[in-house]
Amino acid sequence: MSLQALTYLVVGLSFALYIGIAIWSRAHNTGDFYIAGKGVSPLANGMATAADWMSAASFISMAGLIAFLGYDGSVYLMGWTGGYVLLALLLAPYLRKFGKFTVPEFIAERYYSKTARIVAVICLIFISFTYVAGQMRGVGIVFSRFLEVDVTAGLLIGMGVVFVYAVLGGMKGITYTQVAQYCVLIFAYTVPAIFIAIQLTGNAIPQIAFGSEVADSGSALLDKLDDIVTSLGFNQYTTGTKSKIDVFCITMALMVGTAGLPHVIVRFFTVPKVRDARLSAGYALLFIAILYTTAPAVGSMARYNLINTIQTGEVGAVDGNLAYEQRPDWFETWEQTGLLRFDDKNDDGRIQYYNDASPDFAAQAAQYGWEGNELSVDRDIMVLANPEIASLPNWVIALVAAGGIAAALSTAAGLLLVISAAISHDIIKGIVMPHISEKHELMAGRIAAAFAIMIAGYLGFDPPGWVAQVVAFAFGLAAASLFPVILLGIFFKRVNKEGAIAGMLTGLLFTYAYIEFFKGLFLKWAGAPWGENVAEHWLFGISPEGIGVIGMCLNFIVAITVSHFTAPPPDRIQHMVEHIRVPRHFDEDHA
Amino acid sequence: MPSENRLAYWRANLRLVALCLIIWFVCSFGFGVIFVEQLNRIRFGGFQLGFWFAQQGSIYVFVALVFFYAWRMNQIDRKFDVHED
Repeated sequence: MSLQALTYLVVGLSFALYIGIAIWSRAHNTGDFYIAGKGVSPLANGMATAADWMSAASFISMAGLIAFLGYDGSVYLMGWTGGYVLLALLLAPYLRKFGKFTVPEFIAERYYSKTARIVAVICLIFISFTYVAGQMRGVGIVFSRFLEVDVTAGLLIGMGVVFVYAVLGGMKGITYTQVAQYCVLIFAYTVPAIFIAIQLTGNAIPQIAFGSEVADSGSALLDKLDDIVTSLGFNQYTTGTKSKIDVFCITMALMVGTAGLPHVIVRFFTVPKVRDARLSAGYALLFIAILYTTAPAVGSMARYNLINTIQTGEVGAVDGNLAYEQRPDWFETWEQTGLLRFDDKNDDGRIQYYNDASPDFAAQAAQYGWEGNELSVDRDIMVLANPEIASLPNWVIALVAAGGIAAALSTAAGLLLVISAAISHDIIKGIVMPHISEKHELMAGRIAAAFAIMIAGYLGFDPPGWVAQVVAFAFGLAAASLFPVILLGIFFKRVNKEGAIAGMLTGLLFTYAYIEFFKGLFLKWAGAPWGENVAEHWLFGISPEGIGVIGMCLNFIVAITVSHFTAPPPDRIQHMVEHIRVPRHFDEDHA
Repeated sequence: MPSENRLAYWRANLRLVALCLIIWFVCSFGFGVIFVEQLNRIRFGGFQLGFWFAQQGSIYVFVALVFFYAWRMNQIDRKFDVHED
């Protein structure tokens, strides 16, 4: 069977599975639609959370990103896993005990304020739409690359599938399809990684192969990689170039942002008990860690394989580089997509791949007769081309396509659901029409989900130039706005509505203004960005990606200070906080 | 006014959370960021130790911490008789 037919078959089967699950697990009431009727087992919720969390970016781009960043890529590895520790210890069990439907609903009740609810809904919608646009784009790209349909058609098919199971099944449908999607994506990710690990080091476990010796060479993979990249003028793989404070702040912003993302938090509303919420966070992180500890191994092995393919002999020797005529098949395949490009600058018919941006290496390169780097590599192909580089069978390549689509669809569906819940439950039921019947609210939720899918599809079809930039903003925003007020709401009874609203607005505006100043988001027409985005100009040397940490600190300080000078929250709120702090009531409460 | 029992339960929870967060911080920000150069002088198989913590070790510690917290918290719930069924 041809690769394309096989890919259609595997992707088609996976879609049939998702839709079948959606029909089996239809939502019958608002409880099913928003939080799957609180009936999801901790293990299933862990898998669903992992699929929800790991997006097209985690699946397709992250390993490639790390391959080129080396140590600096650690910010993503630690940042996107460490947040689950905060979530499990500081938020999930208490929010589950609170036992309602949405994150803004918690903020509204804890801070007895509709204004706080509206501010929270605004934060939520902004964060979620930013994210979902990137996912829909990912669906379109995977379709076009593997199934050879154009991006728009791919996008429409993806929208159709999400529409069926998100609108019909709500949270319940999404949860069980995400369980299936997790299985597809993790299988598709680890199989090529295992094969490559065996080929390179003889060890089947990528996490161990990462620190093993390269077969028949007697020296460790990472040491060889450090040697070869430095001999080509690149930075050492195992050390970084970012400043320590910036690495610290970006990691922290990603961690806290993760814990503050509404589509992740709401997953912990779906389990039956408080102890299930705690355990479920453990499973979620375990399932995420399987991919996140494999990714850096894939990154280093892919970088090593790439360089060794090009640099066949001694660096600087006349015949040290691969002749273009002798390039392998996969090289030609990916050249056709434009993601791999060769430009023979010195007309020697051989491929030179080195760091031509390094002034220290320029003299050396000139001496070799090299006239600039001749190979440009899109980082996304590091995962997508892996099976071909390792000469794996066609079914593995088809599986990687299905895995990439599963990763994008599962994240998109989770985001679309929190958007629709914020509209039907927080805005319509909570503020505009408090007496709406459950049946009508469910209908409103479905209509909102359908609209959200269309907007997301449009954003994926015609992405505003700033999509890539706003992802960092979404994390910074979540870290600076939602996380602090939820945390304070649980751990500090004295924090009141004035404090919470002032804190959220301060964190939000500060973070937004800093990013606008250095990167430019919505105010490009007014001349943004105004500041040159270089380390000398940054506040305390912190880049816009990491500034959410400062926004978070300001939020905490403002919320506590303002609360101190205004009236304490009413008694009933203090009782509510006491209530969510324990899994079951104390016996004395009955007395 | 919250009772003694309630305060004691909450304090036990906070102590456990604090312990876990200290480990969380030390293994990621401590070993993987702040002291990474010092630890990189130590070899761990084919890894430099600081680099290993930044790209592997910290993640394993996170997973262990969350399970440890869930297990220990269940014990505390039982001790104070606030566990669910």
